Amino acid sequence: MQVFLNADNVRFSYLSDDEPPVKNEVLKGVSLKVEKGEFVAVLGHNGSGKSTLAKCFNAINIPESGTVTVNGMDTKDDSRLLDIRKSAGMVFQNPDNQIVATIVEEDVAFALENLGVEPEEIRKRVDVSLKLVDMYDYRMHAPHKLSGGQKQRVAIAGILAMEPECILLDEPTAMLDPRGRTEVMETIKQLNETKGTTIVLITHYMEEAAQADRVVVIDGGEVMLDGTPKEIFSQVETMKNLGLDVPQVTELVWRLRKDGYDLPADIITEDECVEALAGLMS
Amino acid sequence: MFKDITLGQFFPGDSVIHKMDPRVKLVLTVLFIIMLFMAKNIYGLLVGIAFTIISYLLSRIPFSMILKSMKPIIPIVTFTAVLNVFFIRTGDLLWSWRFIKIYNDAVNTAVFMVVRIVCLIVGTSLLTYTTSPIDLTDAIERLLSPLKRIGAPVHELAMMMTIALRFIPTLIEETDKIMNAQKARGSELDTGTFKEKVRGMVPIFIPLFVSSFRRAEELATAMECRCYHGGEGRTRMKQMSTAPRDWFACVYVAVFWAGIIVMNMFFK
Repeated sequence: MQVFLNADNVRFSYLSDDEPPVKNEVLKGVSLKVEKGEFVAVLGHNGSGKSTLAKCFNAINIPESGTVTVNGMDTKDDSRLLDIRKSAGMVFQNPDNQIVATIVEEDVAFALENLGVEPEEIRKRVDVSLKLVDMYDYRMHAPHKLSGGQKQRVAIAGILAMEPECILLDEPTAMLDPRGRTEVMETIKQLNETKGTTIVLITHYMEEAAQADRVVVIDGGEVMLDGTPKEIFSQVETMKNLGLDVPQVTELVWRLRKDGYDLPADIITEDECVEALAGLMS
Repeated sequence: MFKDITLGQFFPGDSVIHKMDPRVKLVLTVLFIIMLFMAKNIYGLLVGIAFTIISYLLSRIPFSMILKSMKPIIPIVTFTAVLNVFFIRTGDLLWSWRFIKIYNDAVNTAVFMVVRIVCLIVGTSLLTYTTSPIDLTDAIERLLSPLKRIGAPVHELAMMMTIALRFIPTLIEETDKIMNAQKARGSELDTGTFKEKVRGMVPIFIPLFVSSFRRAEELATAMECRCYHGGEGRTRMKQMSTAPRDWFACVYVAVFWAGIIVMNMFFK
């Protein structure tokens, strides 16, 4: 497989507003490779550096030391800036703060207008993107009249219009209700499966992470764990020590196992859990 | 309390005037204003009135909307009309009672002025009634784009207007939320003296400002992520194009212009 995103020993710090400024190192030598077409979930509690890392993949943050490449392009290279942002689009947490225009379709067209795409081509790609996220019927609506999940899907469509090979999502479901969350997750999974879009999903919800191909846990500016959801979530104690949860069913099975019940340790979905419990009871 | 706010005074519809190219509409509105000020006598003004009435009939805007657009100017118009009537002292004396003397010139000037202002307001609100704010912003940007060559930040201004329009409803909603939050903490916003009321606004405006700055920063990052790099090399999805109806509209305005010039020449 081809490596699409590559962070090699990346360090990054923010300067505080104090006088004199205090340097706060957020990333302390992170190395991470994401392959083309992969669906990676990034976990970590607040301040662990996961959003900072995502912004490094999009050339919003330029690392202090180490290199970040996107599809072979170095993010330090200013001349490739637009190409990088075009191939790795980013969706943020608050849908309200990333919609620019007063009409849905105008907003989806925004990135393409910036890139100087021909009007007919913009029209075509806007329609395709809106259909992909199932918001085509709302194309003439005003964004502030949509629900959170719908707004977030419009934001995703705005990124999709650029036809990126990779989408970075920074807690896209954090401000949504459960229904909006399901809508957005369905959209993300569908893009990954049908279009082969590389997905990097930063999330707080373990149930969402469990749907990914691979889970990366970041803590204190370093990659702590990296593996399949089953490998990661079966380490219930390690996760708890990092201040993170595991999916509810995994926790349930883990407690049952502690009480001596004979259950497999790598259960992460409800279906698996139901099956295992049914097997135990019969 | 702020639910269902309408932005600007756009009244959606599909009349000929709604469908016109907003650029043409904007230019013609400016010409209409000049036209009104060109009229030197009451006959010329009648041409202006006719123009306004015909345009309104074409736009199929309900009469109640027109009245609504006039409401805010009624006090100013009455005030200036009264001043004119009582203080212009030329021409023939029409009527007098103790110290009040009314001359015919005064009445003429007053009527003239009232008609002109009403036409002006009613005519220009036709533009805002039939054009959405976003189209209007676009039209302004495109009309002013030659000024970019001399370094005027036309694109930036238009972008600011678009973003402002986009965030008005969001910030209204936010204000509402903050007000409720402060009320829940026992702040009394509706009672007390004027001074107390003003002081009560402080805990609303501070959080609103802080959150606006945060929003601005996030929006700027999101715009960068979507390859925004200023107005250079930007294309637009929606192209503005002139249709035959726009040329008809130009002819229509030209005819009325001619009408007013003729009236100015024949009647003194």
